[in-house]
Amino acid sequence: MSGYFSEIYTGGKSLLIGLGVTFRAFIKPVVTVQYPREKIDVSPNIRGHIELIKCNDIEAKHDCRVCGMCAKNCPCNCIVVEGEKQEGVKGKVLTVFTVDFTKCSLCGLCVETCSRSALRFSNEYELAGFTREEFHFDLIKRLEEK
Amino acid sequence: MATQTKFDTQDKHRFLLNMGPQHPATHGVLRVVLEMDGEYTMGIDPILGYGHRMQEKMGESKVWPGFYPNTGRMDYVGAMPFNHGYVALIERMAGVTVPERAEYIRVITSELNRISSHLLGIGAYVLDLGAFTPILYAFDDREDILDALEDITGSRLTYCYYRAGGVSKDIDDTFIRRTRAFIENFRTRIPMYNDLVTNNIIFIKRTKDVGIITADMARRYGATGPVLRGSGIAYDIRKSEPYSVYSQFDFDIPTGENGDSLDRYNVRIHEMEQSLRIIEQALDKLPDGPVYEKPKKVKLQPGDCSFSVETARGALTYYLVGDGSETPYKLKIRVPSFSNLSLLREMCEGMLIADLVSAMGSLDLVIPEIDR
Ligand code: SF4
Ligand code: SF4
Repeated sequence: MSGYFSEIYTGGKSLLIGLGVTFRAFIKPVVTVQYPREKIDVSPNIRGHIELIKCNDIEAKHDCRVCGMCAKNCPCNCIVVEGEKQEGVKGKVLTVFTVDFTKCSLCGLCVETCSRSALRFSNEYELAGFTREEFHFDLIKRLEEK
Repeated sequence: MATQTKFDTQDKHRFLLNMGPQHPATHGVLRVVLEMDGEYTMGIDPILGYGHRMQEKMGESKVWPGFYPNTGRMDYVGAMPFNHGYVALIERMAGVTVPERAEYIRVITSELNRISSHLLGIGAYVLDLGAFTPILYAFDDREDILDALEDITGSRLTYCYYRAGGVSKDIDDTFIRRTRAFIENFRTRIPMYNDLVTNNIIFIKRTKDVGIITADMARRYGATGPVLRGSGIAYDIRKSEPYSVYSQFDFDIPTGENGDSLDRYNVRIHEMEQSLRIIEQALDKLPDGPVYEKPKKVKLQPGDCSFSVETARGALTYYLVGDGSETPYKLKIRVPSFSNLSLLREMCEGMLIADLVSAMGSLDLVIPEIDR
């Protein structure tokens, strides 16, 4: 019988201690962020979809030399790189650079293999759309728009 | 998917009950068919495969670095050790050396990930038992870890951070400061978890002596991780077969006594404390130097190789057969949750359904890892 009452006592005490924790949290400052009205700064290192790096401040220029290593190393086959020979320019000129973000697994192999450091991850994280095509990004166009 | 088990439904008091699955687009889709006698579960049949993604086949169909992102997507809660197992396997097979600093960073990030995984596991377990608040506290702490890891790995959950030959990015002072602040803060939070959950009478009543796994039973089913250690067997790959630089740290392997759900929960709480100790020592000893030495073209030599690491849920083994090319000929992944799930039937037969939820939650299963 005494066991019964001592259990009621210890049990009741444990519940009160637990409620104490809740009460302390209750009077602490609010930590919830009302997204999307409020936003937290995201780390500049987050991996969004990839983008070409602008190597010149004035025009939309990039360093890509169309070697195709990024497309070859991508495990998800989501990069398409095409280039053509143009007169007066050494090497190839990039004409198509698209990434299919629906398939990208954000592994970073493309960014790491680019010997010219022409790629990086963007910080875009608010992406939503109704069709898959909305996530087929044309990186050259994106660079020009910037 | 039909169940294979023959249930005894001739008896008019028996009926079948379907536990799960939720929508296949959610993580963790496990279906368990229960044969009920009133509130007692007389037959249990887990049905797997809803989240099957052919991970092993995917590993065999592309060159070996192509499997990096997949490793983080099996156990999405504790992805770091899954990364670790795979890169260590390639390193062992090809004889790639890893800079010491990279090994330390691997240990630090893996242990942080272990804590975040246990926090989620504990939070979700208590949620399964019907208490909603603790998971919010757990997520509060977990958030600190995710923020710190996000800054260096670029992801919050499905990390793809380790590379054969190092890690993809060095840690900086911000990360070290954040991690130290987390350790300090989390040490003060553990007593709070004990007040809120561990010593709570309702929690104890629902977990003590529920779902007992004896040491013999754990051995028979090949249980690993906190499930095995909860049954009193102090087996942890980090100690018994130390990989990376784990042999340089001083830490204990917490074990339980009775092998019940409460013991498994307690093992997880103590493991988080031990992880804090490991991280602290690793930060103190962190050497300078490079973090990544890119290996020359690695060809997988004919022959086989395996590597085991301790994930948050137990022993994970990658087994690879090479044929001289860059693509694995065969890749086999032995995941911890699969063997832990296999205990379910013997553990839960004849149990009340409410206890079954408690016992099953204490196994801390991650289903995509089982289905993989
Ligand atoms: S690896 Fe770099 S230089 Fe080569 S195609 Fe890709 S972005 Fe261009
Ligand atoms: S991050 Fe990985 S999956 Fe995505 S485009 Fe680059 S290589 Fe392909």
